[in-house]
Amino acid sequence: MLRAYRADLHIHSILSPCTEITEMAPRAIIERAVQIGLHVIAVCDHNSCENYPALQTASRTADLTVLAGMEITSREEIHILGIFDTYERASDVQAVVYKHLPGENDEKTFGYQVVVNEREEVISFNKKLLIGATTLPLEAVVELIHSRDGIAIASHIDREAYSIISQLGFVPPGLALDALEVSPGMGLDEARERFSGIEHFPLVTSSDAHSLDGIGRSATTFLMAAPGIHEIKLALEGIEGRRVLGG
Amino acid sequence: MKLKEIVDRLGLKVMAAGEKLDQEVAGGFASDLLSDVMANSREGDIWVTLQVHPNIIAVATLKDLAGIVIVQGRKPEDQTVGKAGQEGVPILVSELQTFELVGRLYNLGISGMR
Repeated sequence: MLRAYRADLHIHSILSPCTEITEMAPRAIIERAVQIGLHVIAVCDHNSCENYPALQTASRTADLTVLAGMEITSREEIHILGIFDTYERASDVQAVVYKHLPGENDEKTFGYQVVVNEREEVISFNKKLLIGATTLPLEAVVELIHSRDGIAIASHIDREAYSIISQLGFVPPGLALDALEVSPGMGLDEARERFSGIEHFPLVTSSDAHSLDGIGRSATTFLMAAPGIHEIKLALEGIEGRRVLGG
Repeated sequence: MKLKEIVDRLGLKVMAAGEKLDQEVAGGFASDLLSDVMANSREGDIWVTLQVHPNIIAVATLKDLAGIVIVQGRKPEDQTVGKAGQEGVPILVSELQTFELVGRLYNLGISGMR
């Protein structure tokens, strides 16, 4: 049976150096997401998915689906969300991303990159320069995400930095993105009016939350049969009755 | 100044559309944000960038730019070179970084002001 699922597919945890380190721990993220009525979230840290196991465990008793994701930076400095059905698939992609991600984090400048376990004990500080850009071209990033059956979404296309439109002027024709993401504050209809050349892409909106009160500031409602990647794909394509109901 | 003279004097490597080097260069523009180039470059500009994505050709065509200089010896993607050939957009590659290359262009009399 089809029902409406409210999904925020772009949330950062304390693994991203730019998040509120006192706030974005797994349990707090889950509690907040449940409290504001979300059914699905994807945790998409910069170029990494290492906090997914802790988040998944934290969500076990909650009525909430947590998807494994990451926000990959292409060499053009475009942010692309890759969201997957399993941690294994996300990890496969992460391995390729790590291989193409130069540099080391400077914690004083960029912030700490904290990896935690399911008891929220700090396992390690990730030393890679997660805030940096990979050497992977945009098309290769999209292909990589699809190679593990993930969905590829161009982040915050309305932003003046790190968006596909700021970096490349327009969405390259024929690029196999599954959707484009619009930031909180700009409705999907407004985005459709403002940007040309995006007619063929489904639009979603998500929060890009870096703090607890950011979670769900915008979210997308999907009509689908279950809260998973395959169903989200169907909804984005608008087939078998599934569809995006709105932002 | 014609593009050909700039190529010779700065030792640029011609990667595509070598038959279009007789174009007159009216000015210069340097930016790596293609949205910025679309908004602010002007017809006849020589454009200095480190981007190598195929979209640079569409932007150069749209804005009637004289040519593109890719800095730091970056290699344009194959598709970028292919499109440049089709559209007749010269792609020139320099080993220099942007600041140095723009300085040398300025010394040759190419300006960002019109």
